[in-house]
Amino acid sequence: MCGIAGLFLKDHGLEGQLGALLAGMLSPLSDRGPDSAGFAVYGPESSGCIKLTIRGPYGGDFELMLTALGNSIDMTTEPRRHDTHVVVTIPAEYESRARQLLLTFPEAAIVGAGRRMELFKEVGLPDEVSRRFKLDQMVGTHAIGHTRMATESVVSTNGAHPFTTGNDQCLVHNGSLSNHNAVRRDLAKQGLTFRTENDSEVAAGFITSKLRAGCSLEEALTASLDALDGFYTFVVGTESGFGVLRDPIACKPAVMAETEQWVAFGTEYRALVDLPGITSASVWEPEPAQVYLWERQ
Amino acid sequence: MPEIDLSRSAVRELNAALHGLPVDTNETHWRVLNPRGQHAVAVGLERPIVVNIEGHVGYYCAGMNQLATIVINGNAGTGLAENMMSGRVCVKGDASQSAGATGCGGLLVIDGNASARCGISMKGIDIVVKGSVGHLSAFMAQAGNLVVLGDAGEALGDSIYEAHIYVRGTVHSLGADCIEKPLGERHKADLQRLLRAAGVGQTVDVSEFRRFGSARRLYHFHVDNVGSY
Repeated sequence: MCGIAGLFLKDHGLEGQLGALLAGMLSPLSDRGPDSAGFAVYGPESSGCIKLTIRGPYGGDFELMLTALGNSIDMTTEPRRHDTHVVVTIPAEYESRARQLLLTFPEAAIVGAGRRMELFKEVGLPDEVSRRFKLDQMVGTHAIGHTRMATESVVSTNGAHPFTTGNDQCLVHNGSLSNHNAVRRDLAKQGLTFRTENDSEVAAGFITSKLRAGCSLEEALTASLDALDGFYTFVVGTESGFGVLRDPIACKPAVMAETEQWVAFGTEYRALVDLPGITSASVWEPEPAQVYLWERQ
Repeated sequence: MPEIDLSRSAVRELNAALHGLPVDTNETHWRVLNPRGQHAVAVGLERPIVVNIEGHVGYYCAGMNQLATIVINGNAGTGLAENMMSGRVCVKGDASQSAGATGCGGLLVIDGNASARCGISMKGIDIVVKGSVGHLSAFMAQAGNLVVLGDAGEALGDSIYEAHIYVRGTVHSLGADCIEKPLGERHKADLQRLLRAAGVGQTVDVSEFRRFGSARRLYHFHVDNVGSY
């Protein structure tokens, strides 16, 4: 099962409601994925800075980690705590130093990084996860979210979606890949590291490797049609928009809707029913094996 | 006319009310409001009543229908009218995948497009799609008719048995053992009957259609293939 929701705002007037709208989309998808949930929100950027979303050390000392970071790097703004995660904003040139330093806190993990992307995911019912992270208060231009029903690997925070595929990029997946072990071995030879046995993390790793090799997102998604075996609907978030790809036989459901104000993706139409103007939206199903991209101008 | 608002009542309450109708019910016309994509709306009906649903429905709407006429003023999700036995289901918008799957009888009319696997394993149902159908439509179709006024996607009629397929537009590709067959007078009459039942008998010319069916090469084991096993 699993559920995916994605919302891309064309109307800047709605940006203050982005998180609340996404929370409303994820809620009915609880039926499809009650074990964990997550979302990536593309919000405001600070010039020359990068945001790291860090899942704090379980039972460990958040403050110790943040103090160590603060002693080493000038933080642009106060760290912003969201339940088990914290968002720190640092000058972009200190990203690798921050990543090195965080290696000394093995219980902590950088779940997402980017100029605009913040990424949150946890085990629990989607409504509960949204509430804990205060999703309804988040603002931005676009966001993607996921509700998980685990089929391939254990229910854990690391196994929840989205999976980061590089700075300002992430992937959510509905489906099941059958050749993920072979692809994981190939990617590991290229130097990619994996935190889980999860098939979706392999899909994210595959997209990452293609992007690193210089492919565009469209080329990377097209390449996955040949490389990844199984059934899938992918939604990929980028700094300026999102992309959608369904497997060649369209095994997994997907609905898109568009108005003058927004473009939305839902695994089911139920995810879209509370969006403003939905009754007059154009509603359609994305075609199989076709890459769709929406980009902010 | 009984009216049920699904923003206030559960789908279970609606279906229980419809299942509880006596054979000689006078409540023959129902209206359902605010379905909001919910699943299993108006399934398993057994009385010759009319149910109008105002809005988009989710999965399996009108499944297992017998005798009832169900009209959806919106789009329908996966498995519309799945395993329908008789009666009539009409969707004014588009239908998602597997519309009319395994249907044994009755008429399903889709005013818009149907996506993948329309009429998969159909067993006697008649389906008229005024738009186009997606890939693998009429897969393993056993009996009944699939009429498509628009185009058909990849692998139409794959592994088909004895169902009839009529397509007015283009066919992307035919599936295994599905071939084009001559459109005879008998077929034209049958097609005219179906188009009339779908409300387009006056406006659509039956001679514009092509007929597809089974080459019957997969019916029996062929000794030439013994090396493949």
